[in-house]
Amino acid sequence: MLGMRLGELLDGAPAGVDEALDLVAGFDDALVHGFARLGEERAAALAALAGAMAATPLGERLGEAAEKVIAGSVSDEHLAALAGGRSALFGAVHDALLARLDAALGRSRAAWEAPAAAPEEVAGNLLAGCRGWLRELAIAGWRGVDHDLVSAADRTLDASQAIPELRGLSVLLDGLAAELRASCPVATMERLPVRRWADLWARGVLLSRAGAWNGGAEPVSGRLLILGTDVHEHSTVVRAQVHGILESSGGSPSRLVRLSVAAAKVDTITGPAVWRLMSGFPVLLAALAEHRSLEITDMPLLAGGDLVWQEERARAGEVADPFATARVMLGEALAPAVPPLDRHPVRVAEPVLVEGYTTTDGRAFELGGNTLAVDVDRLPACGPLTPELVAASSSCVGLMRWDGGRWLLRPLAVVATVKRKPVAAHNGDWAMGPTDPKVVKAEARAGDVVAVLRERAGRLLRR
Amino acid sequence: MVAERAAWEQCSVVRVVPPVEPRKLAKVPFVELADGRLQGVVSSGSDIARVYVSSITAGTHTYDCSTNNNRPCGALHGSPCKHLHALAGEAVLQYGLDRVARYLRVEVPEGGRLMSCLNGAPERTPAAVVFSRFLRHLAYLEVPDSTDPLAELHWFPAMGAVR
Repeated sequence: MLGMRLGELLDGAPAGVDEALDLVAGFDDALVHGFARLGEERAAALAALAGAMAATPLGERLGEAAEKVIAGSVSDEHLAALAGGRSALFGAVHDALLARLDAALGRSRAAWEAPAAAPEEVAGNLLAGCRGWLRELAIAGWRGVDHDLVSAADRTLDASQAIPELRGLSVLLDGLAAELRASCPVATMERLPVRRWADLWARGVLLSRAGAWNGGAEPVSGRLLILGTDVHEHSTVVRAQVHGILESSGGSPSRLVRLSVAAAKVDTITGPAVWRLMSGFPVLLAALAEHRSLEITDMPLLAGGDLVWQEERARAGEVADPFATARVMLGEALAPAVPPLDRHPVRVAEPVLVEGYTTTDGRAFELGGNTLAVDVDRLPACGPLTPELVAASSSCVGLMRWDGGRWLLRPLAVVATVKRKPVAAHNGDWAMGPTDPKVVKAEARAGDVVAVLRERAGRLLRR
Repeated sequence: MVAERAAWEQCSVVRVVPPVEPRKLAKVPFVELADGRLQGVVSSGSDIARVYVSSITAGTHTYDCSTNNNRPCGALHGSPCKHLHALAGEAVLQYGLDRVARYLRVEVPEGGRLMSCLNGAPERTPAAVVFSRFLRHLAYLEVPDSTDPLAELHWFPAMGAVR
């Protein structure tokens, strides 16, 4: 339960975070203008990044990379070293933030143990294609991006989509390409998402070295109690990420886990219709809609706390209220370690239960003399949560996140008072179809967009 | 303003592409603002296997409509055919009038209709490019699901509803 020690959490950034982010900002500015025309100031920023990391294991390679790139020789190796240095800085920032959050929550976290699994063989030509595009972007800089440069990634991305091991990379680059396309010509944009695009670029560079780093999995069995569902999407993907607590049948302490189902889509599939793209997961969707626990048997669990969901290893259990789960079990559950290369503040998404707050507009919760910002601008359109419900709420299960120098709460579920009656709303409530008559009507008016596009695809694609 | 912009630029999660409004797809399954055109695909009213590729160019407002086999639309006689009207109507539903008008660089007075503000002439544009972008669009529906952790999606939270 968050409350007592919220003040400690919100009290300024941990030591060193601002300095680390200043180094990152210098590097990111170099990407805005492109490595082909660095100029003195941005060359100095690259050198400063390398200098700050000089005493680390990355130091030597980073120093050489900065030197070569400043001299005008931009190779994949050098870009990987630079992306690695930037990511290592974010790793340190992530660790400082997460340690402070864990301390405020009294949450214990497992230590990282590298999984013993041989890296998977992945399609080298596609990785090289992705690296090539990222190199061109770095050379041109965001300001130099035009339609042709964006479209240059299309063929590599089309081929990568179908390869499971490259899914993360292709989803990432597809999202970046869509943003660049919508911003073309970037040179005339008033403001650029500088940090964001550099984040996406750097992660793309790391992923296109040798593919994803999921590592090996251990089979786990037991009862999975759901806390809430986070929804992620861009124009061509939607993903439900479920946070829960696993009670192992072996008697080991209960632990926090996540599980994910992602489906490809197109931009015109929005709102509750996105659940229809995940119809291959009926056991999971029913558990979300009916607030049931899940009994799982020998489900693979990755070292970072992610269950790799397999429907055939799960069956529906008893009804279990996520708020009761949070109240009773969240305090004791062991949190997973974070895979080293995933350590970035954006991945901090820790489930918390918040109660006893007051709010006027739902954009901030007043709690024990502190103010916690609430992210109501991006409540998923596929679920029942609205800013009005959040504003009328008295309990909230949400994720603690950090961005732009501040903590914020992303609601996953709320209990609110509407017309003097308590109403509970969870992001996953409409997984089997909307339950709000108004939304059902709106859906019926739009027709089944998924079915329409599948019909068009069936008729036009393989001709 | 300057401080606000600087803060926005230093965020990992900001909205770059605005969310689109839901709309019926049966008549006009595909609309996009790309390659300097409002372009899309309109299903034929009479033959379910035929589609029309329609486009309006930004700036000049020249327009074109042809079948996916590159045969000119028979209804295109010096004024936009019904496919072009349907395309424009659905684009306004999907993106909002402001965004479409800004992209096409046209002034639409308060309460005015987009098509009545365009004074371009017909001009052939290659239908094949648009049609292949539509096929690429449809191909996403055949990409398999994934249950991997995909940590990169933390940069892409739900778009939020259009409000």
